[in-house]
Amino acid sequence: MHVKIHIRRFDPERSAKPYWAHYDVEVEPTDRLLDALNYIKGHIDGSLAYRRSCAHGICGSDAMMINGVNRLACKVLIKELGSDIRVGPLTGLKVLKDLIVDMEPFFESYRVVKPYLIVDESELPDREQLQTPEQRQRFDDTTKCILCGACTTSCPVFWSNGRYIGPAAIVAAHRFIFDSRDRGADRRLEILGGRDGAFRCRTIFNCTEACPRGIQVTRAIQEVKQAIVERGF
Amino acid sequence: MHTFDAVVVGAGGAGLRAAVALARSGLRTAVLSKLYPTRSHTGTAQGGIAAPLGNVEEDQWEWYAFDTVKGGDYLGDQDAIEILCRDSVEAIVELEHMGLPFNRTPDGRIDQRRFGGHTREFGKAPVKRACYAADRTGHMILQTLYQQCIKHDVNFFNEFQVLDLVAVDGRAAGVVAYELATGELHTFAAKAILFATGGFGRIFKVTSNAHSLTGDGLAIAWRRGIPLEDMEFFQFHPTGIYKMGILLSEAARGEGAVLRNGKGERFMERYAPTLIDLAPRDMVSRAMYLEIREGRGAGGRDYVYLDFTHLGRDVLEKKLPDVTEFVRTYLGLDPAVDLVPIQPTAHYAMGGIPTDVDGRVVLDPENTPMPGLYAAGEAACVSVHGANRLGTNSLVDLVVFGKRAGLHMAQFARESDPVPVPADAEKQVAARLESLRRRREGENAAAIREALQATMMEHASVFRTRQGLEKARSHIAALKERYGRVRVADPSRRYNTELLEALELGYLLDVAEALVVSALNRTESRGAHWREDFPNRDDAGWLKHTLLYRGDGGDHEIRYKPVVITRFSPQERKY
Repeated sequence: MHVKIHIRRFDPERSAKPYWAHYDVEVEPTDRLLDALNYIKGHIDGSLAYRRSCAHGICGSDAMMINGVNRLACKVLIKELGSDIRVGPLTGLKVLKDLIVDMEPFFESYRVVKPYLIVDESELPDREQLQTPEQRQRFDDTTKCILCGACTTSCPVFWSNGRYIGPAAIVAAHRFIFDSRDRGADRRLEILGGRDGAFRCRTIFNCTEACPRGIQVTRAIQEVKQAIVERGF
Repeated sequence: MHTFDAVVVGAGGAGLRAAVALARSGLRTAVLSKLYPTRSHTGTAQGGIAAPLGNVEEDQWEWYAFDTVKGGDYLGDQDAIEILCRDSVEAIVELEHMGLPFNRTPDGRIDQRRFGGHTREFGKAPVKRACYAADRTGHMILQTLYQQCIKHDVNFFNEFQVLDLVAVDGRAAGVVAYELATGELHTFAAKAILFATGGFGRIFKVTSNAHSLTGDGLAIAWRRGIPLEDMEFFQFHPTGIYKMGILLSEAARGEGAVLRNGKGERFMERYAPTLIDLAPRDMVSRAMYLEIREGRGAGGRDYVYLDFTHLGRDVLEKKLPDVTEFVRTYLGLDPAVDLVPIQPTAHYAMGGIPTDVDGRVVLDPENTPMPGLYAAGEAACVSVHGANRLGTNSLVDLVVFGKRAGLHMAQFARESDPVPVPADAEKQVAARLESLRRRREGENAAAIREALQATMMEHASVFRTRQGLEKARSHIAALKERYGRVRVADPSRRYNTELLEALELGYLLDVAEALVVSALNRTESRGAHWREDFPNRDDAGWLKHTLLYRGDGGDHEIRYKPVVITRFSPQERKY
């Protein structure tokens, strides 16, 4: 199958402005978009820069904008994209080269919400802490996050206000706030109740649509908002 | 120059578990990764992590140790295996305390399920030993350990590719790393250095491994005179998605999925009457190829089926959600009603950088350590997996020996003085990069890589012969010559991923050659190393580890190390 792939290129060492480059490639309809990018890089233009690793939707490296939607290049097949494919970097983070964006602000927001189990270590038993299947199920959805950034960089609020902590960090907080073993919910809710926190969310659902793991991101944000209100932060 | 107490190279499970141990010990610790945090391949592990908790049915660590020894076809070192199996319980409890969201039994304990080769009472029947978080156990281990690193202020250097190991008077002193974002070189000086750089499945065409698994740590160590142990043992996982190699976890069979040939027969009954579909991976992979060779492949072709259709949607959605989604996304099939085409996929290196049970890199058959240098995880060979690793045991290996390496590094760093790193430490690496960058005309790296992957798949995968391996060796020699003229078209310094891939290709060629040379030398069949021209296991001749050294002129020297046997003497391996 013959496809034309248009890629938003940018290398500040060579030119101050981004431009669209066009590549004609022969692919199988069942190939991943990542396979086509690898072909271009290996055999047409080695200077094309993008991140990739696991190639099956688990590591989160290759999130990019594909035909106008944030997706993982390894989790979308050519046959879903048609024969005219447009690929660009995620929006709202600084482009460093071609499809590679600066992930530092994204991970900074993640770190701010204390994304680790907070417990009193002196109270830990010798064996595992008990947790019922129902308690475990309560936060299951938000444990699926692979930190690819597709949700946060599809959020119009994040585009207009880069200080907004963003959906991915709220998902990370949700995962611990609703874990029956955790004792740090109040600290996280205080952070998320602040001016750049969860209430910046305008319930646009872009994040939920973009999530390659199918996480109900908007719902998680709503649950966090509700907890903030209930607990008075 | 950056100076730390300890430097960890690689941010997968082993590296991060070591970093947590180091940081908790109060040491200034840096983690260098060529990827971004949480992108490491540990995250793709699906089905489970073993420990004889006995939460669902009775279990004992001795049963687990026996299974691991037998699974590895008696080549594993039993002192290390005893530590693996005893410490697994504490390791799982620690992960739970760190927050890992395991699936739970109705009374709130960690739930457990079946996995290949894990049995009760020394082989009598399958046992539920694998602790799990749905089918994203590795993802949760990686996330949980990264979260602990954030909590303990570990210093991360993301997208830093380590290119050389600096040693002074036989002691590890630092590493030289290339910063992808800027193209600059950095030297890191440290009293203790851990290589936890993972595997090298990308030497093969069909693999479950990430694009980034190119054997960097092994090749860097090897080029500095450190031997590689048991490189001939490379595991093929039976259930990779046909042609793509994307893994469908062994947990699928643990939950009851079965293998069927083109005639619809459950063929494993003929090869492993007791464990059937839950036999160890080497045996299942061979059985699949034998079925195909005898004309019982699916549709007359080179694959068979994994059948989930009797499991019901509830099991698929609750216990195997990712596996179900992989089948839907990449094959457009619904595992609740469709048979899934699969083939063995290159998965895991049992061999690697030789270490002792504290993660210290050892240099010879007498286990003489190289002071300051450590290795853990798939990059290392301790050796707990012997000739064939049981499913779930790579994750146990990561957390048990990652932690032990971290604790020993902390003690070593506290007790020793820093080694001054020579001022010209970067010189050799800088020259290598410069010559790659300057070349205007030359060979295409992708073409060399594809040729390597094809030849390894054909001649050095599940079945091997002298003739095939010799072909592979001469082909690799020709590819190495071409690699000497490889050209990088991108002149830029910022995110020159083409340059990075060219460097990775050099490592792939080195480790592929090490595998083939070791495989040619071992004239017996054991575990994952199957020689059609020597189909029997030969304990009299070959119950020993291979140590492969790189000679000065690029030639190879092989030495041997005895296998440590404590409580289980070798027997015929039947399931």
